[in-house]
Amino acid sequence: MGRIADAFENARKENRAALVIYLCAGDPNLSTTADLVVAAAEAGADVIELGVPFSDPTADGPAIQRAAERALRGGTTLCGVLETVRAIRARTDVPILLFGYYNPILAYGEHKLADDAADSGADGFLVVNLPPEESAGLREPAVGKGLDFVPLVAPTSNSERIAQAAAAATSFIYYVSMTGVTGSKAVDLASASERAGALQRELGCPIAIGFGVKTKDDVATVAPHVDGVVVGSAVVRTIEDAATPEEAVASVRELVAGLTQGLNRQ
Amino acid sequence: MRYVPRLMQPPEPASGRYGPYGGRYVAETLMPALDELTQAYQESQRDPAFQAELDVLLHQYAGRETPTYFASRLSEEIGCRIWLKREDLCHTGAHKVNNTLGQILLAKRMGKTRIIAETGAGQHGVATATACALMGLPCEVYMGAEDVRRQAPNVRRMELLGAQVHSVTSGSSTLKDAMNEALRDWVTNVRTTHYCVGSVAGPHPYPVIVRDFQAVIGQEARAQMLEQAGKLPDAVVACVGGGSNAMGIFAGFIDDESVRLIGVEAAGEGIETGHHAAPLCAGGVGVLHGAKSYVLQTADGQIVEAHSISAGLDYPGVGPEHAWLKDTGRATYGSVTDDAALDAFQQLCRTEGIIPALETSHAFAYLPTVAKALGPDADILVCLSGRGDKDLETVLEKLEERG
Ligand SMILES: Cc1ncc(COP(=O)(O)O)c(C=O)c1O
Repeated sequence: MGRIADAFENARKENRAALVIYLCAGDPNLSTTADLVVAAAEAGADVIELGVPFSDPTADGPAIQRAAERALRGGTTLCGVLETVRAIRARTDVPILLFGYYNPILAYGEHKLADDAADSGADGFLVVNLPPEESAGLREPAVGKGLDFVPLVAPTSNSERIAQAAAAATSFIYYVSMTGVTGSKAVDLASASERAGALQRELGCPIAIGFGVKTKDDVATVAPHVDGVVVGSAVVRTIEDAATPEEAVASVRELVAGLTQGLNRQ
Repeated sequence: MRYVPRLMQPPEPASGRYGPYGGRYVAETLMPALDELTQAYQESQRDPAFQAELDVLLHQYAGRETPTYFASRLSEEIGCRIWLKREDLCHTGAHKVNNTLGQILLAKRMGKTRIIAETGAGQHGVATATACALMGLPCEVYMGAEDVRRQAPNVRRMELLGAQVHSVTSGSSTLKDAMNEALRDWVTNVRTTHYCVGSVAGPHPYPVIVRDFQAVIGQEARAQMLEQAGKLPDAVVACVGGGSNAMGIFAGFIDDESVRLIGVEAAGEGIETGHHAAPLCAGGVGVLHGAKSYVLQTADGQIVEAHSISAGLDYPGVGPEHAWLKDTGRATYGSVTDDAALDAFQQLCRTEGIIPALETSHAFAYLPTVAKALGPDADILVCLSGRGDKDLETVLEKLEERG
């Protein structure tokens, strides 16, 4: 079992959901990203989704769009992100899922990326615009290197597509809580959580819910139903609002510690 | 049933692949909608009532068929026989309406209650707003802030037609960013909304749907050439933004091996300056807006902003079928600069009394190159994709700058 599956398993043993924290690599710069990952892990994040910035993030709302723009203006590349993962690995074992869009991956080369990501100490991939139909080119070399490939399920996915996602999943399935982009306001997180919970029981595969989860209370709404909960835009906004990188690290530490208060099942 | 050129059928219609190009690189949320659209489209193609309704609209409302016209004074200047397929005479002033009438009819059939679109020059936005007014559906159009400025008359037109225009300020504030924003809207409202894509770009099935709805250009032009010229053209020339007017006219001739198919991209300030919109001529293979094709990008796979005087060509991507036609050699692609397009714009005004769109002017600017290659006996068919009233301000500004 890989580090990500272990993290979900550990959380389950502690009768709580696993907390997945999204950070956009390179916002405000890559060395601060390393500090942010370490701080989030120390504050209780079980898994880090490390966003690889892309110029045209069509699944993201304004907060993550702005973060990606800042990161790209600062010269962040996939190469640089992998170096940062390597640096982080000297400091923490927190599982790191590389999260992003397909074109930078295609430009890097799928096989080479699988090799280099495994070598750097990353744990897997989640590619927003790479549905199962298109993903074999990355999934196969990644899984061959012992990396996870995390499929997405959306509110619009039919049972056939859900089964396809479950078959491709190696650690967990990412359940998108609503039709929308990241950072939107969740319409009804409670019923999305119930649906995802039923699906998790049916599939026997851990599910993490993302999109529209911002606060400790949101986390508490999700946690009883599924094994994982993802917080992204709220973290990115906290970084955006900080006056200095040091302040960003301190604020994220505080935010994550607060979010962990909502994870317990009883 | 509409004629679908043999060579142009994707090898695997289900996946929408043209060789290595095309496909569906979109968020999972949209995948079921693309399946639904594919199925509804295939059903509509088999339904004679749908085809009959569309044919009536194209004829009585949009003014088809459009003429093919022998441009004798231009022919003299260029030095071979030039024929113009007059899509500028379509209702709304460009070929875009061929596609929007088809798609909005399809959206109605699918029970969609809201339409969104992206637009660059505003021609597709106007054509979508027009079809929505005609069929009684609410319409919202995403347009880059830069394009809102340089294509102001089309913004007013869309608003008069009842559409809501959203000015997009992210990225380069042009067509690419408008398409990003339209995709974000679609992923949010996908259950009720049809996204009316304006070119042969985007995820499968859009490149197929838009090509098929535009294929009427090439089908008419082929018959007209046979009747009026007594022969097929030696070359067919069209400008390429996303590539819909080119794909539409190519469709009529793709199986005629003697007919050269030539697409013309925007070289902006010159390919060598890096400020251009010519992914086929000077880009690399990548994935943008749901399809694999040629794109303008950095070595790291970040999309690069395009540059063109013409808002409708100011796009760093191109439809996947063009990528395949290029690689297979069935079509060839050239490029012309902003300046050359401006010269061609004036030339057509002066010689033929026709004011072309700046997009279209790129096709005309390439004619001397084609004529030189083919010689004085050649018959060249040009897709006159749209008229230039919308561009007067831009053109006059530029001409004044030149002095
Ligand atoms: C008149 C005209 N021609 C051509 C284009 C470019 O689009 P396409 O390459 O899809 O035909 C546009 C787009 O706005 C246009 O308005």
